[in-house]
Amino acid sequence: MLSIKNLHASIGDKEILKGINLEVKAGEIHAIMGPNGAGKSTLSAIIAGNENYEVTEGEILLEGEDISELAPEERAHKGVFLSFQYPVEIPGVSVTNFMRTAINETRKANKLEEMPANEMLKFIREKSELLEIDRKFLSRSLNEGFSGGEKKRNEIFQMAMLEPKLAILDETDSGLDIDALRIVANGVNKLKSDKNAIIVITHYQRLLDYIIPDFVHVLYNGKIVKSGGKELAYELEEKGYDWIKQEQEA
Amino acid sequence: MLKEKLLSSFMAFEEQIDVHSELHDVRTEAIKNFENKGFPTKKEESWKYTSLNAILKNDFTVFPKNENSIEFKDVKKYFIHEIDTYKVVFIDGVFSSNLSSTTHEGVDVCLMSSALHKPKYKMVIDNYFNKIASKDESLTSLNTAFANEGAYINIPKSTVVRKPIEIMYFSTGTEAALLVQPRNLIIVGENSHVQIIERHQSLNENPVLTNSVTEIFAQKRAIIDYYKIQNDNLAANLIDNTYVSQKQESHVSVQTFSFGGNLTRNNLNFYHFGERLTSTLNGITIIGEKQHVDHYTLVHHATPNCESFQDYKGIFSDSSIGVFNGKVYVEKEAQKTNAFQKSNNILLGDKSTINAKPQLEIFADDVKCSHGCTVGQLDETAMFYMQQRGIPKKEAKALLMYAFSNAVIENIKIPELKQRITKIIADKLGVKIGFDL
Repeated sequence: MLSIKNLHASIGDKEILKGINLEVKAGEIHAIMGPNGAGKSTLSAIIAGNENYEVTEGEILLEGEDISELAPEERAHKGVFLSFQYPVEIPGVSVTNFMRTAINETRKANKLEEMPANEMLKFIREKSELLEIDRKFLSRSLNEGFSGGEKKRNEIFQMAMLEPKLAILDETDSGLDIDALRIVANGVNKLKSDKNAIIVITHYQRLLDYIIPDFVHVLYNGKIVKSGGKELAYELEEKGYDWIKQEQEA
Repeated sequence: MLKEKLLSSFMAFEEQIDVHSELHDVRTEAIKNFENKGFPTKKEESWKYTSLNAILKNDFTVFPKNENSIEFKDVKKYFIHEIDTYKVVFIDGVFSSNLSSTTHEGVDVCLMSSALHKPKYKMVIDNYFNKIASKDESLTSLNTAFANEGAYINIPKSTVVRKPIEIMYFSTGTEAALLVQPRNLIIVGENSHVQIIERHQSLNENPVLTNSVTEIFAQKRAIIDYYKIQNDNLAANLIDNTYVSQKQESHVSVQTFSFGGNLTRNNLNFYHFGERLTSTLNGITIIGEKQHVDHYTLVHHATPNCESFQDYKGIFSDSSIGVFNGKVYVEKEAQKTNAFQKSNNILLGDKSTINAKPQLEIFADDVKCSHGCTVGQLDETAMFYMQQRGIPKKEAKALLMYAFSNAVIENIKIPELKQRITKIIADKLGVKIGFDL
């Protein structure tokens, strides 16, 4: 599904990613953990195509195709989804209208007809139920005045609507109380199949109790310094990140 | 020169009108003021960013000779035709009875020319005509000197006018260059409510200069929603001078939608004559090419416990120029004033410009006044967010601009007009937006 080879990236003169290698196969869930400032959010932004970062070396392959030169919307059309840590408020554009635009643009790019309005409504109803989202919520302006939990739930609702091949969840657990966390994780698990893949980016192990990863990677100082199974997350929870730092500096 | 031509035209005009009336004294004073001051130039502080020089070089016809008729079907699209409205329509400054739908039943929605000449309106004209319009400002004076035609709207007390009133000025361009000077007088009685839409539309590519004056009087607790649609072609120039007089607890809002025209100057003035009243001034400007839109506003707080809200948004592409000069004057007596002013602008063109200048003059000590001007580009994070969801850059940009102007669109109280404005904006931005599921 996703193959990242020797990825180096910088913002301005500052190198943030210093040679990332990552293989994610269809049907897998990968967790990327690490201390603040390790480059976790940068990695997700770069996979999604944020133009503020410059890829200086390496490649990002999605199903064998190098996507590192594509615009963010082109990557989205190929099935890349990024759940934002801080979803953007867009006053005056309702959740429904935004989703309708996003879906129809994606269909257009993939040479499909626009989704008929009644089908769209049905689809929206189905997916909003999955995330336990109130219908009234859908006519509100996108993210405007949403609580932290509502914003994250809305991100996963959009993921459900767009049915991506590769979903990256950037700090989706931050700002969620335990009930919201359960709803969000439950939604993600239901969306999971053997045809898609998920990368969970998180600072804490908490979310991984609900979304159980097949692999855990530790990102530190722009590199993946450790990989393992889900037990690595527990180890990190217990010992903190200091031992990783010490190990690296030793 | 145009000024000389106008001065000699005034003498010709005097031959057609009753020179022994009080109105003639008003006109004579006005033409003298114009003669002394002439057309405003950039040397004047209030015209610093807007020059009329290029426009004034045209050889304007002051009194159009031809009376042109237009079929309704050809101009239907300029009206809010989905609903029933009163219509006061002028073609090249001359009243068009076949396009209009006026009334004298309970309310007067008719012509300035009849109001000025028929004895039964004399008292109203004596009490209101040229009473709030500036006697000092030269373009207003020029209009006053020649004032003869326009909309006359008089709503008695405790009347809710069920249909919106559309005031429409067409120019047909059969004259090489045309100067029109409409004069509107609107009086809304105590506890009455009216919605008015004003539009100037040129139907041809010949240059037009419209120098319009509108006087609006809101009596106690009157509610007036006034919409100005400025979406004219690139040969059309508009100087709109609007003066609003408000009595206690009245609510007057003037919303200006500036999308078209070559040069547009809006002089919008509010004067307060009572307590606990509200003035709202909103505007959206979306222009490109070499278009120029200048909003020059004044809210004169002279009485306690009043509120004013100004919200002007602008999106400027290509080499277009925007000006916002918002003046709020709070007199010593006007304690407990709330006066808010905002001007938010997005510059999309490398050569586009916005000149924003808030002016607050406050002489009372217990007031809340604020102003804020922002100039920016589109929010990059928001762009990335939308692109990430599969919305291409161009559409994402349009959605953001739509979102930006939405706060002002939301205030439109006539649903059909709201749809129309949304559509004009969508067309301007070249995308499909504003649909509802």
